[in-house]
Amino acid sequence: MDRLPRWADVALVPLVSLTLAAIISALVIIAIGQDPWEAITVMVEGSVMNAYGWGYTLYYATSFIFTGLAVTVAFHAGLFNIGGEGQAQLGGLGVALAVLFIPWPHWTLALLGASVGAALFGAAWAAIPAYLQAKRGSHIVITTIMFNYIAASLMIYMLVDVLRPPGKMDPATANFPPQAHLPRFNEIPGVNLIFETKVPANVTFFIALAMAVVVWLLLWRTRLGYQIRAFGKSESAARYAGINPTRIIMIAMLISGGLAGLMAINNVMGEAERLLGNSASGAGFIGIAVALMGRNHPVGVVLAALLFGFLFQGGAELGLWTKIPIELRTVVQGLVILFTGALDVMVRMLLTRIFALFRQPKLEAA
Amino acid sequence: MMDYGTLLQILDSTLRLATPLLLACLAGLYSERSGVFDIGLEGKMLTAAMCAGAVAYYTGSAWAGALAGIGGSLVFALIHGVTSITFRGNQLIAGVALNFLASGITVLTAQSLFGQGGRTPPLTGAARFGELTLPFAEALRPVPVIGPLYADVISGHSILVYAAFVIVALTWWVLYRTRYGLRLRAVGENPAAVDTAGVSVNRLRFSAVMITGVLCGLAGAYMATALQAGFGKEMTAGRGYIALAALIFAKWRPVQAMGACLLFGFFQALALRPDVVERVVHMKVPVPFLDALPYILTVLVLAGFVGKAIPPRAGGEPYVKER
Repeated sequence: MDRLPRWADVALVPLVSLTLAAIISALVIIAIGQDPWEAITVMVEGSVMNAYGWGYTLYYATSFIFTGLAVTVAFHAGLFNIGGEGQAQLGGLGVALAVLFIPWPHWTLALLGASVGAALFGAAWAAIPAYLQAKRGSHIVITTIMFNYIAASLMIYMLVDVLRPPGKMDPATANFPPQAHLPRFNEIPGVNLIFETKVPANVTFFIALAMAVVVWLLLWRTRLGYQIRAFGKSESAARYAGINPTRIIMIAMLISGGLAGLMAINNVMGEAERLLGNSASGAGFIGIAVALMGRNHPVGVVLAALLFGFLFQGGAELGLWTKIPIELRTVVQGLVILFTGALDVMVRMLLTRIFALFRQPKLEAA
Repeated sequence: MMDYGTLLQILDSTLRLATPLLLACLAGLYSERSGVFDIGLEGKMLTAAMCAGAVAYYTGSAWAGALAGIGGSLVFALIHGVTSITFRGNQLIAGVALNFLASGITVLTAQSLFGQGGRTPPLTGAARFGELTLPFAEALRPVPVIGPLYADVISGHSILVYAAFVIVALTWWVLYRTRYGLRLRAVGENPAAVDTAGVSVNRLRFSAVMITGVLCGLAGAYMATALQAGFGKEMTAGRGYIALAALIFAKWRPVQAMGACLLFGFFQALALRPDVVERVVHMKVPVPFLDALPYILTVLVLAGFVGKAIPPRAGGEPYVKER
């Protein structure tokens, strides 16, 4: 089979996959008797045509950058971490414990403490599947799925039986103290010139962008990153080069879990300001779609996270203003994962054929 | 301690709750034994539940619903097959994708058909699978111990419950006593050898994935037309994953799969009766812990602390002929 030019591989393959997902989504909308053009108009208007919409789009994107990076780091080590959802929920627990039980004098310190808590708890939840993969050969995909469910049960237990304030009915922690309030976009001087009304997007967005840079530096500019990528490409070659598999699996998964856990400073500390049940609300899974769509590169992850932020906010608007249920975004999410993750061979074959058509005359001329 | 009546009640709901797990688990067994990992059992079940609920409502026939459920599940199985066999895509990612697709599309369809917030209208009468009373159930009831067990636990389930257990025996027979079963086991361990013997690896794997579709269809139909009265959003609630856990727990063997599913069904039944658990162990056991038990046990099995679970060797690998 001919190889695709690099630009096509990097940009065209995801674009074609996305187009295919969009076409099928449009067909689904037509099939349920609705108008796809109206749908896309509502989505665009509600998510990117005004500051208020952007305030939500960027808030969702922040969470997805974290979980997308989490999946990316694990992917480079050849590990498929489906456990982002559970790790993000545990990250929420870490945030809640750090904020509720330590009296922070200022939000900057609270943010630092909460970040450490979130990353530690997320990493800890990834550590057991990582150890079992490294030492006992248990398939990480299955163990991380199991850990998502164990996390869900653990969180219900923690919220109902342990952290729920006495006298309260709903399974949630107490509200976080005002000293731990993270500035939202409408509260940051300068940024509030654009965002005039209250939006959920907060300073965590900038931390997410910084983490994307850190992950890029880690993977492509450090010895450890090289070892992770080498191990992911070929375990036997890496082993032969003196790279310790246990060490790489553990480190890659701890970083991955830590990143997924960090998501909690956005939704738990930045938005809800208390820990609720099912706090990650699917963002851990969306990280899979984001990483696949972003071709496992931090730049791609940020772009894909923005796209999914748009899809999420736009999807919510659909649920409000049209007869199209909000679940359409789950359909699109599934289609994107299908086309970019599982059917990329098909897309590639298709494109290679098309490229070959254009190349043929040149060869004959020569 | 628990009195005999309570025990019978719990065993009765164990059978009810184990059935969808068992059907989905056997479904996964065919696919995974052929070398195609399937974490999309959940999605296939959910799709089948929606199709079964909708068609049973329109036709008033549970059987028509079951057929529709199988049909819906087969469409998803076909996509899984085309993706992971024909185009050699990543089987795990395909499974994840199909689960999301199912989760969204079932609500979209049910909402556009019925406009009741993504559920199907409640099913009544012949639109549900009724409870069968086995022969002599009432006559044998006075017999001590065994009588009530037969009348209250074994008897009085829908036909799909009994079908699930028949399929266990059938699967054992197919897997270990037929040429197809031999080839199925071989293609999951060493596809090249099967190919050398002149058997099409892809066709064999496709057939296995389709059987998976049929059985997941039954599992989903059971959920919507027997266990409950209609389809509801996310009604499978992770049962596809528990079935996957049971499959690993059973080390990909049919009779052991039945044992695992009964055990996990028992946990689910216990989670519904925390009062009984508290009385038996003399301390308060959090319900979430009972919910999590199947997953915890599966991790222990995977970790090799309770025997070693070795999956089919060629599982997850697309077969490339020219290699």
